Amino acid sequence: MFEIKNIFPKDVSLNGHKIDELFYRTLAETGIAFLLVLGILIYFMFRYRERSGHLPLYTHGNRWPHLFLTLFLAFCVFFFIDMHLANLSSKVWDDFHAKMPTQDALQVRVLAQQYAWNIQYSGKDGQFDTPDDVITMNQLHIPVHKPIVVQLQSKDVIHSFWLPNFRLKQDVVPGMTQRIWFEATQTGEFEIACAELCGLGHYRMRGILTIQTQEEFEQWLKERGSEKKVQSKEEEW
Amino acid sequence: MKSFLKKHIFSTDHKVIGKQFLFTGLFFLLMGGLMAMIIRWQLAYPFKAIPLIGKLLFPQLKGVLAPENYNMTVTLHGTIMVFFAITPILIGAFGNFLIPLQIGARDMAFPKLNRLSFWLMIPSSLLLMASFFVKGGAAQAGWTSYPPLSSLLTPNGGQILWIASLALAGLSTIAGAVNYITTIVMLRAPGMTLFRMPLTMWGLFYTAVLNAIFVPVVAITLVLLLLDRIAGTSFFSAGPLAPSVGGQVLLYQHLFWAFGHPEVYILILPAWGIVSDLLSIFSRKPAFGYTSTVISMGIISVLSGVVWAHHMYPSGISGSLGKIFMYTTFLVSIPSSVFFLNWLGTLSKGSIRFTVPMHFCLGLIVVFALGGLTGIFNASQAIDIYIHDTYFVVGHFHFTLAASVLFGSFAAIYYWFPKMFGRLTNVFLGKLHFWLTLITLSYVFFGMFLLGTGGMMRRIADPTVYNFLKHLQPLNIKISWVAFLLGASQMLFVINFFWSLFQGKKSSNNPWQAATLEWTTSSPPPHDNFETIPTVYHGPFEYSRPDMKDKDWLAQTEKTELKKS
Repeated sequence: MFEIKNIFPKDVSLNGHKIDELFYRTLAETGIAFLLVLGILIYFMFRYRERSGHLPLYTHGNRWPHLFLTLFLAFCVFFFIDMHLANLSSKVWDDFHAKMPTQDALQVRVLAQQYAWNIQYSGKDGQFDTPDDVITMNQLHIPVHKPIVVQLQSKDVIHSFWLPNFRLKQDVVPGMTQRIWFEATQTGEFEIACAELCGLGHYRMRGILTIQTQEEFEQWLKERGSEKKVQSKEEEW
Repeated sequence: MKSFLKKHIFSTDHKVIGKQFLFTGLFFLLMGGLMAMIIRWQLAYPFKAIPLIGKLLFPQLKGVLAPENYNMTVTLHGTIMVFFAITPILIGAFGNFLIPLQIGARDMAFPKLNRLSFWLMIPSSLLLMASFFVKGGAAQAGWTSYPPLSSLLTPNGGQILWIASLALAGLSTIAGAVNYITTIVMLRAPGMTLFRMPLTMWGLFYTAVLNAIFVPVVAITLVLLLLDRIAGTSFFSAGPLAPSVGGQVLLYQHLFWAFGHPEVYILILPAWGIVSDLLSIFSRKPAFGYTSTVISMGIISVLSGVVWAHHMYPSGISGSLGKIFMYTTFLVSIPSSVFFLNWLGTLSKGSIRFTVPMHFCLGLIVVFALGGLTGIFNASQAIDIYIHDTYFVVGHFHFTLAASVLFGSFAAIYYWFPKMFGRLTNVFLGKLHFWLTLITLSYVFFGMFLLGTGGMMRRIADPTVYNFLKHLQPLNIKISWVAFLLGASQMLFVINFFWSLFQGKKSSNNPWQAATLEWTTSSPPPHDNFETIPTVYHGPFEYSRPDMKDKDWLAQTEKTELKKS
């Protein structure tokens, strides 16, 4: 619908557009309601300004017709705007969170800390916490067109794993293991941000999300896997 | 000296105490506003030295704000505005000053408790201000103070002082709530039934009830947080850093928001009541749908207690729980629409007087419509996946708080200034103050909706770290400069306030031709309010009745032969 100067970050995800559409629909409906109210108010201020010869209507507005009108309008707003949007929202939430993809998903673990994202792949053997795991700092590489399941844990305080280009955000809470999933629809380099105040370095808890083709991704994983567990120089925040 | 002590420090007169709350509240409004200016400078020009006051406030870095200082500023800005500015102004000052006057009593039910209620704010304020100077600096985990950050960050003596300060402020509020409820229930003048009270009284009454119920919740929560900090408990700690097992990090959020959500209604209910009254007075028409407004505000008060987890949608609570809270949150729109439509009903076919208080009431209708409608975005569990912890939320709550509640406060101050101080304020300065504030504030906070839609997170000291936010930086800079203008415009209010205090034209008993009881006595009222306790014959909205001859209003104490319509 209304494309407002591409204010949203670029959407590179399977499901992100659903949030954008819900947002635009909400904007349209609330926008119309607001303009209506503003219009009525401005009209009233002009039409009913105090001037000689114009007497106000003495009414307490508590007769049945008044009450009926008010309640009718309130219920209209509630059913046609609120409930409609709530039901749409439920569906979109379910698309994002109700089911984890069963087969074929790439499993990644993210351990958030003050102030970096520790990213862990299971490596060739498909098992986590074995010697062939690949661990990076702030570098999340994923293949395109494949569901990615991310397990989120925190080493210290609450963080929030925020992928603006996927419209996806999940608080990372110490003592809880959270799981989210997403799927990329195009390749490219994007950012991961922290979206919950976690200390003085919160503002710079930035990660890089690199979406690659399946071949490029496997190549990268192989190269990282063959490096000894030494942080290479190009890792940066 | 003895008379100064008696007249000010030890006075139990609700009008004196109300004014004390007003002055301290306005002082902290200024402090909180200054912090907002610092935040906006940092966001526009990250880590550049703050002009004028930077070197004074942050000497170690030559005026540059360190990231932890930014977090402290954000934290204290919120804390001060909520607990030390708005609460003392709307609830402390106007609750105290107006309740006995509008219901026809000589003072509060418990004058000495009232005295204590203000006294508690003094150590509370001092502890908060001292928190900047202790080891580890002031609290820096946000006004919401989520653990484990707020419980495990060390050193941070300021966090402990923050908790102590809020505990005292909470005690002050609970004492006030007890007083307000008892006074309204027990001390109404003869003939002043509950349904003949001005809507201002109903707003303050609901606020007091919510305060009485929910402030103890946050008090207990903060005690548990303090224990986590200093006693090695783990009520809210879990994961690798927890000192012991069995804690639940999200428990804090449930407890905090169980208070926190009613708190935002606590802050706005008095403003709603005041606006409902003032719209009637300045349209020369009865408040439309008085009974349905009273019931709606009551339903909102009840509902406010069952919506809290909409602050926690992405926290890890189950999707089903989130959905339940989404639906309860949306329910609030029904009573909100009712009393909002009643406002329009009051204006409709009225005879509108564009006084300075009326400007602020009309402005409040606009900004509250915008703030309330953006609540619909936030209420949506799915949309919130995206906008949670972004500037969209900041824009929403600033329109409903900084705009609506503040406009309500300004309307109240300009309106009751003659009654409080016996003088009139300058009309031109008042209208200029209104327009500048409305225009700048609208730009600043609407701009924040755009920032949030662009994905800009809250509480970050430097948005330019992120590529995806860089294109928003010009908007950030514009918002900051308009915000500086917003801050500067408040000087018009300060000048008007203090000039009028000493040089304003003397006011009559009833400069607004209003029908409520406080205007039947002198401006300012004598110590015991009324020569004789008034008798009330009808509600407070008898304006423009067709049978009125020489004036278009009837004070509540004036008898009338004809029945109301």
